[in-house]
Amino acid sequence: MEIIRFDNVHFKYPGSEKETLRGISLSVEEGTFVAVLGRNGSGKSSLAKHMNAILLPSSGRVTVCGMDTADEDRILDIRRNVGMVFQNPDNQIVANVVEDDVAFAPENLGVPSDQIRRRVDDALTLVDMFNFKTHAPHLLSGGQKQRVAIAGVLAMRPKIIVLDEPTAMLDPQGRRDVISTVTALCRENGMTVILITHHMDECVNADRVIVMADGSVVKDGTPQSVFSDVDTMEKHGLSAPETVKILYDLNRSGYSFSLTTLDVQTCAEKIAEALGK
Amino acid sequence: MAHISIVDLTHIYSMGTPFEKKALDHISLEIPQGQMVGLIGHTGSGKSSLVQHLNALIQPTSGQILLDGNDINASKITRRDVKFQVGLVFQYPEYQLFEETVYKDISFGPQNMQLSASEIDERVREAAGFTGVGEDLFDKSPLELSGGQKRRIAIAGVLAMRPSVLILDEPTAGLDPEGSRRILSNVTAYRQATGSTVIIVSHNMDDMASLADRIIVLSHGTVAMDGTPEQIFSDPEKIQSLSLDVPQSTRIALALKKLGVDLRQPVFTHEGLLSAILNYRGGVTC
Amino acid sequence: MLKDITLGQYFPGDTIVHRLDPRTKIILVLFYIIALFTADSWVSYGLVLVVSVICQSLSRIRAKNLFKGLKPMLVIITLTAVLNIFYTTGTPVLPGWIITWEGIARAIKMVLRIVLLITGTFLLTYTTSPIALTDGLEILLNPLKKLKVPIHEMTMMMSMALRFIPTLIEETDKIMSAQRARGADFETGSLVRRAKALIPVLVPLFVSSFRRADELAVAMECRCYHGGEGRTRMKQLKMTSADITALILGAVFLAAVIVIRRLGF
Repeated sequence: MEIIRFDNVHFKYPGSEKETLRGISLSVEEGTFVAVLGRNGSGKSSLAKHMNAILLPSSGRVTVCGMDTADEDRILDIRRNVGMVFQNPDNQIVANVVEDDVAFAPENLGVPSDQIRRRVDDALTLVDMFNFKTHAPHLLSGGQKQRVAIAGVLAMRPKIIVLDEPTAMLDPQGRRDVISTVTALCRENGMTVILITHHMDECVNADRVIVMADGSVVKDGTPQSVFSDVDTMEKHGLSAPETVKILYDLNRSGYSFSLTTLDVQTCAEKIAEALGK
Repeated sequence: MAHISIVDLTHIYSMGTPFEKKALDHISLEIPQGQMVGLIGHTGSGKSSLVQHLNALIQPTSGQILLDGNDINASKITRRDVKFQVGLVFQYPEYQLFEETVYKDISFGPQNMQLSASEIDERVREAAGFTGVGEDLFDKSPLELSGGQKRRIAIAGVLAMRPSVLILDEPTAGLDPEGSRRILSNVTAYRQATGSTVIIVSHNMDDMASLADRIIVLSHGTVAMDGTPEQIFSDPEKIQSLSLDVPQSTRIALALKKLGVDLRQPVFTHEGLLSAILNYRGGVTC
Repeated sequence: MLKDITLGQYFPGDTIVHRLDPRTKIILVLFYIIALFTADSWVSYGLVLVVSVICQSLSRIRAKNLFKGLKPMLVIITLTAVLNIFYTTGTPVLPGWIITWEGIARAIKMVLRIVLLITGTFLLTYTTSPIALTDGLEILLNPLKKLKVPIHEMTMMMSMALRFIPTLIEETDKIMSAQRARGADFETGSLVRRAKALIPVLVPLFVSSFRRADELAVAMECRCYHGGEGRTRMKQLKMTSADITALILGAVFLAAVIVIRRLGF
């Protein structure tokens, strides 16, 4: 079932001459894991902010869970269904205690107290931070803070979670934790996940990769099909994963691998086979 | 003589309080002039503490740091002078920009060195050149520029001091691949032109493997591994046991080895992997 | 360094003092402050001191942490002591000295008053999470909403400020180090020079605070924040018998101090 729909969306920041989004049309199926790739300034963050009515199209229409984001009466309904996580965890945590922060959104929604408690505990369990519920957020690591921020939107029980470069400020361990948390939310809990990033390796497990450049979608498909187009990726300032690059360069030396390999094991198996092992 | 000598350096934070924490534990290192060092370690391994010792922002609890044989902590004056010789670029350096114009901001360091106006001007232009900051930006406010531009201006602000040691803490954090490449090539250009010693703190194994002459891995405040990329990546299992990533190419080589294709050489770059595979002949690497 | 500032810090715990309703604690601290400023004799000061020590030991907050909070006030405390010692008329300690017995007594009382005031209020913030504290304040000040005073907004701002104090302190430290690495000198020179040297710290700090505020506002909107209307709370404040007992004890304590003053002990 379609859960997000963009119909020819154009967007221009007030006072700016250039369009940030130039006629985006796309449709996202419920329960899929979609990665949006693009260099800085490609419009991918603006795209994300259209999904929960933080930004509204200059022209065109965005529909989320059947609601038009321009419909002001539905704004809380839209936002409770589309949880949004940002890059800097410090700037989205509002309380001095982890569980109080996670409770923030349900409190805003007027959820009765006893139910808030359950939602908070559930959300913290989902991101594996339950044992930290009475900790002070500023003493946690970056990856832990970011998982608290994710729990903070999960407590709204949204259908969709949009993450705008959630790993940009994290170390490799924090990145792995956040990505595996997000992947599990999609695979095990059936949530629709939109991950904005410029790290190719984070998109490997996605169902679909959308590449943006200059406010337009330049590539849209499975990770395999997108990454195998090495030239287009490089042209837009993105580099394909090593698993694809190595096969690509081997092909230039006479081999003929298909470039749809993303995991290391399969890549190694293909090479070993070609080398006669 | 080594350019930088770290002699039995220990640093303990908040000594004598319940928050006491040993950040660096008897570290000794010699870094020769002109070397490009990749400093690697997980969060809390002591990397940031170590680099802040090298320009005397932090003083050792015990041990010494020698620059060209002189103790940088000998006096208040040496502690100040060393800041100009050892340029330290912090993480997210764009957050330190404060002047009204790009030009003024880059000149902040040279101003503090009390150089003549013409000398300052020369250095600002030179530093801007290294980082690809065009002179058309000089009169702009740094706040109006893009993230990547801001970062290069902040780095120029340190290069303008013409440090003989350049240290960068996670210089590519948060940048897209293209922005990262650009910063790293700026740093390489500076090093080639000046023969400076460069230390880069990074989580990115792929970058370090292809750039560094030497990789030092810190773990729990001690030196866990130290050697050329060849030496370091000849033991990828050890790196993984320190919960660090290995370059993607190394991972493929490891998987190949498990499948019976032993490339018989440390692999840590795309080019290295490519040539090792192309030269592989039924178990004999030519 | 800056990290020593303990303002707004909360030490989680599970003592009777931690468990009291924040409203109770706010009222008790008010009683305590009134008592402290009513006290004028040694007897009453002694009583306040005893009560303060009892509360502190009940809270299991280490005395060291409480005194750490006094550090930034050291100058004011010393100044108060010195001024009182030298500028109080009375019987000289030794003939010809300007130091008088009255001066010493007043100095001790004034220092005691400041120390008790600070440690007492710190006990409140140390044992009450900022959210509970602002929730308590919001409810206590609720009647003012009828007069169109924006109580919810004010308490929300207060809790945000408390939340961001550690973050901003950390950030200030970082910016100072970065500018020091470019040769900025914060320690030497005249007062004017040192004040000027802070510009490279303050400008980036303001810029980043605005950016933070902006991002935070968007993040709050994304989490359906739309003011105080219709908000519920996870942690419902509940007065228990312990609160009633504490309030009664507090009232008795305040009354005792007032009576002692009236009777002129």
